[in-house]
Parts: sequence; C-alpha cells; structure tokens
Amino acid sequence: MMVRTIAAALLVAAGTANAADTVTASAGWIRVLPGSLPAGGYVVFQNTGDREVAIVDAESPAYGMAMIHRSSTETGMGRMEMVDRVAIPPKGTVAFSPGGYHVMLEHPTHPVTPGEPVQVIFTLSDGKKLPVTFVARPANANGPKD
Amino acid sequence: MKHITRRRVRLALLALLALVALVGCQREPQPEWKLNDVSGHLPDLDFRLTDDNGKAVTGADFRGKVTVMYFGYTHCPDVCPLTLTQLHVVLDRLGAPADRVRILFVSVDPARDTPAIMHAYVNAFDKRAVGLVGSDRDVEALAKRYRSAFTREPDRGDGNYEVSHSSAIYIFDGSGKARLLATPSASQDDIVHDLHLLTSMETTP
Ligand SMILES: [Cu+2]
Repeated sequence: MMVRTIAAALLVAAGTANAADTVTASAGWIRVLPGSLPAGGYVVFQNTGDREVAIVDAESPAYGMAMIHRSSTETGMGRMEMVDRVAIPPKGTVAFSPGGYHVMLEHPTHPVTPGEPVQVIFTLSDGKKLPVTFVARPANANGPKD
Repeated sequence: MKHITRRRVRLALLALLALVALVGCQREPQPEWKLNDVSGHLPDLDFRLTDDNGKAVTGADFRGKVTVMYFGYTHCPDVCPLTLTQLHVVLDRLGAPADRVRILFVSVDPARDTPAIMHAYVNAFDKRAVGLVGSDRDVEALAKRYRSAFTREPDRGDGNYEVSHSSAIYIFDGSGKARLLATPSASQDDIVHDLHLLTSMETTP
C-alpha cells in the first residue's frame, strides 16, 4: 500500500516535470578544426512542453570557452554574432546548424579528435542544466554521421 | 567609422548585384550556366600572395586550372568551413575533372593566419585547396579588385575577434578569366554542372 502510494507520487512528479525536462537534444556534433582553432557545435533541440524554454548559456569541460553564436550571410557578408537566448517554442524544434546558430567552442583543454564524445552543458531559461553528448567530427563533415 | 565601412560594403555589394543583373540581360549563344555569368565584367585572376607552403605565388601560377576563389579566415568556425566543405563535396562529385580545379582560400586575417595554419586548415577540407596569405595591403587590393570587402570586428575582450567578409565564390577559367559568381547558398548541383562545363572547355592560357 505504502509502496503503491510512493510509486503514484513519483508518477505525478514525473507528469508535472518542470520545463527543463521537456527539452531534449539530439544529433549533437562538433566540427573539429586543426590545432586549437575555434570549433562550431551543432545540435537539435526539441521542446515537448506547453511553455517556451530558452537556451541561455553553454559550457564544456573540453573547452575553456563556449558561447551561443549565430552566423548570417545576409547582404552577401558572412558574419557572426553572440546571442543571449535562443527560444524553443512550445511543441517546437530549433536546430543549431552550419550557417546559423552554433555553439562557439574555443580554447580546447586537450586536443579534441574526431570520433571523441564531448560533453556540452546548456543552461536553460528556468536555470536548469541540460547536459548533451556531442560527437567530434572531421573539419569537412556534413553532420553527426556523414 | 564602422558605419561608414558597413555602408561602403553595402554600396559595393549593390554595385555587384547591379552588375549581375546587367549580365543577366545579355543574350549570347553561350553555355547554359546555372550560376551567375560574370564574363567580361570582373578582372582576370591576378595577385601576389604567399601560398600555404610559404611560396610566393601569382595568379599566373594557376593558369591551366579552373580556380574557385573564396575569402575567409581560419578562426572562422562556421561559415568558412561550411563553404569549404561544400566545395569539397562538389569536387568529389565532379570526379576526374576536379584534378583541373583549385580552391583558392584567401585569408582576410593576415594578423593571425600564417602559411602553416592555412596549410593545416585547407588540407582538413580538401587536398585541391590552396591557402593564400599576404600583407594587409595585398589582400585589400585583391578584395577590392573583385569588389569584395572585409571588416575586422572589435576585440571581444579576450584578444579574439571576428572578421566579417564577403561570402561570394568567384570562379575563373583556365586562362584566368573571371567567369562565374556563386553565393554560399548556391546548390551543389549547379556548381558541379558549371564546373563540368568549365573544365571541359578549351582554354588558351
Ligand atoms: Cu561563432
């Protein structure tokens, strides 16, 4: 009886999970460039919840510095800018992909080699952390697998 | 200061677009290019720079090759790799004729890009890519020649900075004549198609 109550309570807790648990990440990969040049990290976020959640920060034990950036080639000029937050709409998906949003990873703490898993921890707008495992890929990769 | 630079960049781009529109109006019994035909509207390939092996090179050293020129820098982790990867895929799809093509990656960051860094960078994308470096003045002259532009952005505070740069891809034939202009969003099919045509044309160096 007691056990069943606890189980029920746990189920309720899972059902009313807060925002962080409604955001998942998949297909994370890093384009590794030679030496200690900055690298771009790409990933797809999905929000299964009913409320908007934003990605507000990133960090990685493999890099001294991680930032959320966005590239644009509007007006024929290629440029990058730092972004404070990337909103993932309710029941929505946002892809960080080459030429758009990316995690800018600088100052590797060790030589990152293709095939290696790299942990990136995102901070969400509700203060929760979302750890994601990225795979390091060669410079001329097109995605996490090809 | 920055605004003036931006405006100049915008003006240069408008001029470039107007030029492409103008070219589009011409009717000539020419190969059916998929990319923007700029024949006769941009100067021949000409520069004095240093390649990624540290050797002094000029535009004339690439006569006999179709060249694909792109301005960028190695501390560019997103847009430059995207373009270079695309060009790598395009050359692989092109097959044997790709031996007659060279990608020229010109650094717009002379302060940080040495031939050695450029060598490692371009070869990580494609063996047919050549990294080119030069003094501020030489690179500026080359960019200006092709109505291209670049701007060093302010230091981010940690000693690092970005360089905004034109994202156009310039394609020259084997005799060094400017032939085509592509944007990074051009389809790989279109670039493969046009490089097939260009590499199969008779060129008199
Ligand atoms: Cu960036």
